[in-house]
Amino acid sequence: MASGLDGNRPPAEIEDKDAAAEEAEQAKRRKRLRSLAIAWALFALVLLFFFVTIVRLGGNVANRPL
Amino acid sequence: MSEPPVTFSEPQALPASSASVYDFIVLLKPTVMSLAVFTAAVGMAIAPVPLHPVLAFAALILIAMGAGAAGALNMWYDADIDALMQRTAKRPIPRGRIRREEAAAFGLFLAAFSVLSLGLLVNWVAASLLAASIVFYLVIYTHWLKRRTPLNIVIGGAAGALPPMIGWAAATSSVAWASFVLFLIIFLWTPPHFWALALYRSRDYERAGIPMMPNVRGTAHTRQQILLYTLATVLAGFLPVAFGFAGYGYGAVAAALGAGFLFCAWRVYRVREGFEADRACRLLFTFSILYLFALFGALWVEHGFGLGR
Repeated sequence: MASGLDGNRPPAEIEDKDAAAEEAEQAKRRKRLRSLAIAWALFALVLLFFFVTIVRLGGNVANRPL
Repeated sequence: MSEPPVTFSEPQALPASSASVYDFIVLLKPTVMSLAVFTAAVGMAIAPVPLHPVLAFAALILIAMGAGAAGALNMWYDADIDALMQRTAKRPIPRGRIRREEAAAFGLFLAAFSVLSLGLLVNWVAASLLAASIVFYLVIYTHWLKRRTPLNIVIGGAAGALPPMIGWAAATSSVAWASFVLFLIIFLWTPPHFWALALYRSRDYERAGIPMMPNVRGTAHTRQQILLYTLATVLAGFLPVAFGFAGYGYGAVAAALGAGFLFCAWRVYRVREGFEADRACRLLFTFSILYLFALFGALWVEHGFGLGR
């Protein structure tokens, strides 16, 4: 908590800076979580496309004439 | 004479988005999305052609994505009026959590991805219907009707009614009378559902300048229309039995739910003033959601357990 004894700055200014730093940290955290969510979504879609492809091909790959 | 030197201004960086994952989920209107997914699943389940579970799962994920895209694009377009209404003021764009252009890009990407993927992975009939529902919701309802006519949700309801047809089409690559009956039930159900909300939120809509039925034609006329549309919905609820794709078990459930729905609409029609009138509208709004979920649920259960005729 700002005590007002931090150099010559008034307490309100110190509190503003603390709040800005806190907000920047929060924004960074939200951005990291967003990136993780996008990564997981992409991974899930890759799996989805893979399994749908396998289902649609069915036995056609295994039974193809050699 | 020397040419003045060409100067380029420093490109301005866009402010970093402060949106969380939750904000983007809210942007997809998850409640509306759940109704679309559920009714699509029922359309898929009662179709005469069984769909492979993996394909069915993929189709439902893509339908959810398409419904979410429509929600995001609607919030992008309506951000100005959302900020004026108590019910919608906490949405991510009015709150300043997501920028409008972010929402537009997100919605457009999801719309294109869901439609193309549904076409490639499942079939193009279902993909076309999904595209039609997104375009209808955004262009016909949100852009054209919502701010112009009290019939906005009557016609616009078609967008929300399409999911069971999409589900059916995902399984059969076609549209059929049975899927149209499911469409009709949701289409007729939409006006009483939203007009009940519009009655107890009429000041909200008035502030935003949206011409909902109670603000334009008056509450008495709206109450009458609610009763008529509810009656039509309840009668349409029996069509699956008449068309032979539902049994008497479903018919009994439809009768019981229909009686409840009509009772709620009747109370809205009769009780017109004070706190009780507000309560009647809220009850109708809530019961209408239960009605649709339970009616489609009964159809699904009956087919799932082979209890039909």
